[in-house]
Amino acid sequence: MTQSHRTTEPEHRKPTTATAMRLIVPLQGVVQGRGGLILGSLIPCALFYFLQFYLKRHRSPNPPSPSASSSNLAGLPRTSSRSTLSSRGSLGPVRISARGSSIAKPDDSPYYIGWNKFRDDPYDKINNPNGIIQLGLAENTLCLDLIEKWVSENLSDSIMGRDGDDLSISGITTYQPFDGMMELKVAMAGFMSQVLGQAVSFDPSQIVLTAGATPAVEILCFCLADHGNALLVPSPYYPGFDRDIRFRTGVELIPVHCRSTDNFAFSITALDQAFNQARKRGVKVRGILICNPANPVGNIIPRETLYELLDFAREKNIHVISDEIYGGSIFGNEEFVSMAEILEAEEVDKDRVHIIYGLSKDLSLPGFRTGVIYSYNESVLAAAKKLTRFCSISAPTQRLLISMLSDTKFIQEYLETNKRRIKKLYDSFVAGLKQLGIRCSESSAGLYCWADMSGLIPSYSEKGELELWDKLLNIAKINVTPGSACHCIEPGWFRCCFTSLTHEDIPLVIERIQKVAETCK
Amino acid sequence: MLSRIASCDSHGQDSSYFLGWEAYENNPYDQLHNPSGIIQMGLAENQLSFDLLESWLASNQEAVELKRNGESLFRELALFQDYHGFPDAKKELVKLMARIRGNKVKFDPNKLVLTAGSTAANETLMFCLADPGDAFLLPTPYYPGFDRDLKWRPGVEIVPIHCSSSNGFRITISALENAYQQAQTLNLKVKGVLITNPSNPLGTAMTHQELNHLINFSKSKRIHIVSDEIYSGTVFDSPSSSFISIMEAVMDRNIDESDDLWSRIHIVYSLSKDFSMPGFRVGMIYSNNERVVSAATKMSSFGLVSSQTQYLLSRMLSDKKFTCNYMKENRKRLRKRKEMLVSGLKVAGIRCLKSNAGLFCWVDMRHLLVSNTFEAEKELWKKIIFEVGLNISPGSSCHCNEPGWFRICFANITEETLQVALQRIKVFAQSCNPQMLLLQRRSIIGKWISKLSSSSSYDQEPDR
Repeated sequence: MTQSHRTTEPEHRKPTTATAMRLIVPLQGVVQGRGGLILGSLIPCALFYFLQFYLKRHRSPNPPSPSASSSNLAGLPRTSSRSTLSSRGSLGPVRISARGSSIAKPDDSPYYIGWNKFRDDPYDKINNPNGIIQLGLAENTLCLDLIEKWVSENLSDSIMGRDGDDLSISGITTYQPFDGMMELKVAMAGFMSQVLGQAVSFDPSQIVLTAGATPAVEILCFCLADHGNALLVPSPYYPGFDRDIRFRTGVELIPVHCRSTDNFAFSITALDQAFNQARKRGVKVRGILICNPANPVGNIIPRETLYELLDFAREKNIHVISDEIYGGSIFGNEEFVSMAEILEAEEVDKDRVHIIYGLSKDLSLPGFRTGVIYSYNESVLAAAKKLTRFCSISAPTQRLLISMLSDTKFIQEYLETNKRRIKKLYDSFVAGLKQLGIRCSESSAGLYCWADMSGLIPSYSEKGELELWDKLLNIAKINVTPGSACHCIEPGWFRCCFTSLTHEDIPLVIERIQKVAETCK
Repeated sequence: MLSRIASCDSHGQDSSYFLGWEAYENNPYDQLHNPSGIIQMGLAENQLSFDLLESWLASNQEAVELKRNGESLFRELALFQDYHGFPDAKKELVKLMARIRGNKVKFDPNKLVLTAGSTAANETLMFCLADPGDAFLLPTPYYPGFDRDLKWRPGVEIVPIHCSSSNGFRITISALENAYQQAQTLNLKVKGVLITNPSNPLGTAMTHQELNHLINFSKSKRIHIVSDEIYSGTVFDSPSSSFISIMEAVMDRNIDESDDLWSRIHIVYSLSKDFSMPGFRVGMIYSNNERVVSAATKMSSFGLVSSQTQYLLSRMLSDKKFTCNYMKENRKRLRKRKEMLVSGLKVAGIRCLKSNAGLFCWVDMRHLLVSNTFEAEKELWKKIIFEVGLNISPGSSCHCNEPGWFRICFANITEETLQVALQRIKVFAQSCNPQMLLLQRRSIIGKWISKLSSSSSYDQEPDR
């Protein structure tokens, strides 16, 4: 409001003039011989103190990247500017922001470098048989044929509507509620329940829909933590979190290292240690982010651990974010327990638990951008809803999904077939790696396996691991994700996504790895 | 337990702009079921040309079914999550942008970044151009949503460039300088100016003169220019002459890549207003600055446009016949509807700022105020909502400097509903009549006195 701007002006001016007077008067006294030694030494100290205080209050928060200024100067063209200097005597034209500059820099993580290389030289059985095979993107194409069939029979109706339908074509272009159409929330609640084998029922009014799980995670971070706060994340973790969480929120991720001896399961002791270490550094931990089923390892968090985690969160008064995006991609025999199930049983402290979900993995629809925040906390839901202004799902896609997710018979068939096909391919792939002496960790879920190639790395270090990664990418022409990109503390582990391969591709992949493996022995 | 961002009210949702909406939602007008309800005239949505879109969708089954030449593209689209965007969609969008600007400017699809709506585009640009605590200058009155888009997550401050009715709310050199000075006093670093052209809520396209002032100012202060041109396709009097994009203005000054300013020009666009597709969530950033494009592209993963929608768009916009016809017909309908509103208000003795674009009119109700204050404006506004039954937006919610101005939208209701609304306004205005005459007399004298005493050193355009 214009008025409030006017009223803040004098307030900003006041402290400077008042402070100035308070300094000048006693100073005058000192100069004129009154006040003596005491004031003479006190006043310069006070001046110094005031200056520091004033600067601290009026300085904007530190930008995230220290190298921003140097890269700024290099990036822009020089001109013989004849423009007048601004009244503040600027050093040049304004640049882009420090955070923008840091994000604009080319990616240096192997996770992204591998993707870029693949894009330039993608494998194609017929057109590019020597291209790079993509094992670095967790994408599932195994059951797209089922979805394609459903779409060819139903898409038109879902968008155009049938006569007498509530969802007819008129109304598809108008503004919708930003957090998603109620019909889609209802259908999504039903789908999430089906994914869990009806073990839990989800309440549509606790759902906030977003354009993908990426904004869902970011929104939750904006709601639960301030700039400079931190989240504990068991590592190895999904490399995308480094972007999704740190890009714009200013929230720090503190890895809590897990080890192969525990099959990379996290322990409460380790969480506690990390929490205390953060506190010593003066960093406030606002929550724990877990991925269950885990990425990149593919293990499932046991029920007892979930209870212990909730106890820990309660004790420290922090939040728990449970990213359950792979909840429908479970092929092993282990029981998957969603946080939602635990909370349905227990009556306490639901306010600190938030679940992330999406259709990119379980339903193979990453292009359609559909993510879910499921929370029990009314204030979080209210704030998150407002933030969906920036990331709503496109209306035609919502229509398509309402129709698809409501077809429970199709969904049931899809979920069962999907699990079977993932398991079959997993067994085949893991067996192939075993032949090369490469062992995979025990996993029961996900679209990838977590392979131990420490026997092939030249030195037991991150450097050695990256050398092997480089060989695999450039010689064997397969893009896999090295453990260091996932913040794994033990070198030599690699995430290999296999669900975009066919059975025929597997021998080729194994053969290529073998070529490199032989040179490493 | 919650963050500062979740607990504060920078989202602005508690402002009067949104309270009116709440009132409407509790008692919405319906011709049959609730004829005495509140009519929504506070929503800048274009519902006049939905039928054209819907008939296109109905007669282009192939596009709707995600097929091309009989072949299904479903698999490719289902997996397409590249934040560089669907190439065909971007190609068609830049062609559309050029067409709207009379093909006087050409746009490069590689400089375009797609986002889920222009709300996301504006917010993303702010993240790229300004750090928390930096400021952007915005001419008043401005779209209330900017308070949320700039301040909430990016933490960017807004310093107003005050425009006044004395010259039709045009931007002047002194207003720009004053705003800059104010920012200095508040110890804020100014990163740029954000203009909406054509303006929301004014409905006017910026003149050559204004754009030149802006360019000179930005050159001298060496700051960015963000031009939100979301209403560029709604300019309903011969568009190629009256709408001048910032890109065109910059080219007319022979500013090219070798000039510093070139890489500080950014445009925001969307299909929500021009193409009546707010539900599709299609927005975009166009920037000459490579690093902004790079950063914005990565940030777009926080709000990508569904690949299904991108494909649908690429097909729709490549249908040149449809697109041209749509734009022409849409403008015609908007113009007709605006004239209906303006003449209806005239009958009630209420004048509007002369406008040539947008989905709304900027209406002068100063003569209906009991006093020249924002309190009086609020009282008048409440009366209009609850007694007259119209949800319109008060100028104060748009940060207007002068009380008594209101934004009234005309494109989101039917013709019949508009007639009902105009009738209600007429009755209301007549009931204020005795007061009105007295105040009119006072305000004429007041204007005369202020004209005599104000300096005429900057450009003045006749009071429209």
